[in-house]
Amino acid sequence: MSVLDLARAQFAFTVSFHFLLPAFTIGLASYLAVLEALWLRTGRGVYANLYRYWVKIFAVVFAMGVVSGLVMSYQFGTNWSVFSDKVGPVIGPLMAYEVLTAFFLEAGFLGVMLFGIGKVGRGLHFLATCAVAVGTTLSAFWILAANSWMQTPTGYEIAANGQFTPGPSWLAIIFTASFPYRLAHTVIAAFLTTAFAVGGVGAWHLLRDRDNPGARTMFSMAMWMAALVAPVQIVAGDLHGLNTLEHQPVKVMAMEGHFQSHPHGAPLALFGWPDQQAQQLRYAVEIPKASSLILRHDPDAPLAGLDTVPLADQPPVGIVFWAFRVMVGLGFAMAGLGLWSLVARMRGRLHDSASLHRTAVAMGPAGFVAVLAGWAVTETGRQPFTVYGLLRTADSASPLAAPAVGVSLAAFVVVYLAVFGAGIWYVLQLMAKPPEAHEGGLDGTPIRSAGITPAPALAGGDAA
Amino acid sequence: MMDLTVIWAGIIGFAVVAYVVMDGFDLGIGILFGQLEVGSERDTAMNSIAPVWDGNETWLIMGGGGLLAAFPLAYAIILPALYAPMIAMLLALVLRGVAFEFRWRDPRHRAGWDCAFTAGSVVAALAQGITLGALLQGIAVSGRAYAGGWWDWLTPFSLLTGVGLVVGYALLGACWLIWKTHGELQDRAFAFARLGGFALLAVIAAVSLATLGLEGHYYRRWLAFPGVLATAQVPLATLVVTVLFYRALRLRREVQPFAWALALFGLSIVGLGISIWPDVIPGRVTIWEAAAPYRSQVFMLVGAVVMVPVILAYTAWAYWVFRGKVDSQGYH
Repeated sequence: MSVLDLARAQFAFTVSFHFLLPAFTIGLASYLAVLEALWLRTGRGVYANLYRYWVKIFAVVFAMGVVSGLVMSYQFGTNWSVFSDKVGPVIGPLMAYEVLTAFFLEAGFLGVMLFGIGKVGRGLHFLATCAVAVGTTLSAFWILAANSWMQTPTGYEIAANGQFTPGPSWLAIIFTASFPYRLAHTVIAAFLTTAFAVGGVGAWHLLRDRDNPGARTMFSMAMWMAALVAPVQIVAGDLHGLNTLEHQPVKVMAMEGHFQSHPHGAPLALFGWPDQQAQQLRYAVEIPKASSLILRHDPDAPLAGLDTVPLADQPPVGIVFWAFRVMVGLGFAMAGLGLWSLVARMRGRLHDSASLHRTAVAMGPAGFVAVLAGWAVTETGRQPFTVYGLLRTADSASPLAAPAVGVSLAAFVVVYLAVFGAGIWYVLQLMAKPPEAHEGGLDGTPIRSAGITPAPALAGGDAA
Repeated sequence: MMDLTVIWAGIIGFAVVAYVVMDGFDLGIGILFGQLEVGSERDTAMNSIAPVWDGNETWLIMGGGGLLAAFPLAYAIILPALYAPMIAMLLALVLRGVAFEFRWRDPRHRAGWDCAFTAGSVVAALAQGITLGALLQGIAVSGRAYAGGWWDWLTPFSLLTGVGLVVGYALLGACWLIWKTHGELQDRAFAFARLGGFALLAVIAAVSLATLGLEGHYYRRWLAFPGVLATAQVPLATLVVTVLFYRALRLRREVQPFAWALALFGLSIVGLGISIWPDVIPGRVTIWEAAAPYRSQVFMLVGAVVMVPVILAYTAWAYWVFRGKVDSQGYH
């Protein structure tokens, strides 16, 4: 492998691990804020118990997200120094705003959220939870603004020293053409990921005890999310795709497996085997003219194919093609489960249908897989560029010796597998325990005088 | 017109100082962790930093992200030049960061996570110190890129600064424990602090003398007349602060030792400033050469002027919420 391949492998590995964690914490922080709000409003102990149940999981996931994110913020410099030098004046400030408005907010209030209930009272504690939730979402705003600028760059100038520099308007840099779509699609994905994880855990415990109030409540809440938000996500994804067709058509060619141009309506390939060397889609199962219908809303509309793009400017088609199908397939499966849950709910069988619960357990990790697949589509699909059409990935890397990058890649793999493997195991252990009426504190010790009582509290000693 | 580049150098400098002030003691507790007794001593030490470590570490992201945004050329040269220590630091911070949660989740393997916490803290501090030393001794630059090999950073001098920072952070950690604990653990922290003070003073002296020997630049900067009349105040003040530090220890003051230890760090940073200013990569790249364009600086300055005071306010509030002595039950 070349230095470039090693550096790319390292970035792909570390960002994939990292991306899973905020995908979960963005949704989970908001879920915790909702649970605490419901508890404060209704006083029902089941919400307080669910808060304590999920906040333990949140603490573990958040810690992993923080440390894997720290790696990302330095990796731009260690492995992609030419990119950093050239693009720093434009996307550096966006990341600085992420630190200033999001990271400090999350980190500053996390301590109070996790450990402060006995010290600050309910109102301030709720405020801390909300601050963490807002912080996680603001973080998504800024980092996706930076990513979107790399995908659809606008508002820049090119200086004499080769640097991209900001033009007169920062709004043109932040709100690039793909940003609103990417932001909506990604944040909804984070909420859905959380909903399916919560729903899977709830279903798992319902299969053992249909009367567990915590499991019933979390499953019901998660299935509302699935039923209402999964269809919204399909629409958001479709709009994002149309936006990509407008601004990054080559990415869509790879997603569709369109090696050839189709002047009279392009077929939709359901499956096939992209052979990039031969520039054709083998064993294709196609629906005639359907791709033109979806992308252009006209079955006879012409669509250009990869035959219009030099091989050197094509992304790796296989990865994009398959990752796209995984994402879309899971998206429809999620919407399907949401629909099924609606039907079961109307029939009053939401908490009794074992087949629904088993399916929900199986779909528990679906969001994580879909998020990774979607990320692979968008990031692999914009190759071979880091700044789309302007700066090649090959011209972005640091001047490093191959052994340095190889050894560090190996070190990342070993440490991440050990550390995050252990972390995932701890999360699964926490999930395997049913939510109890007297859910314990963060260290697992039972908390006195809390739970389903007329005046429940989030922590011991706080109950009226 | 005000020079925004100087202002941004000040802001990055502030982030570095804030990082050392806040994360220094919590890395220091990690460094001392192996010396603490298993059980309530370790749990207490951990509880004293568990609610704040994440915010503390955010200043490191601020330093790195700020450097990328405000001085992209420096970021692009320094990080590849210090590739191995940087990667080691990141992995070390991964290990110690997760240990905060994992040691509570997994009592059977707590010893292992405690070990990861200590090792991670030591390696992170060592790597940061080595980075400082490597910068001071100079790195090879050609055009807009690093031009040296991937072991250039490793010299006796950079190892000295590495060990120096480990010692310094350990001292801050000991002083933090004096402030936040009582009883046997506090007694032990006093003992660490007495030892650490001497060690730090020795390291500061060694690094200072070695720095003078590095290149003519530093020698002239510190010892040429009449500038020496000003620069000589730094070592003199260091001696005065050391005396006050030991007086506070003798009188068993609880907050003062931490304050004086921070003052020692502050003076060392002033000394570094005298050595480096106005370069961002000493002897190679000035802050003006590395600076982002005016529009980037203005845009970020608006954010920094608004947000940094807000951040400091809620950070102070979080510390206030967790004020007072902790014990092994503490927050958990």
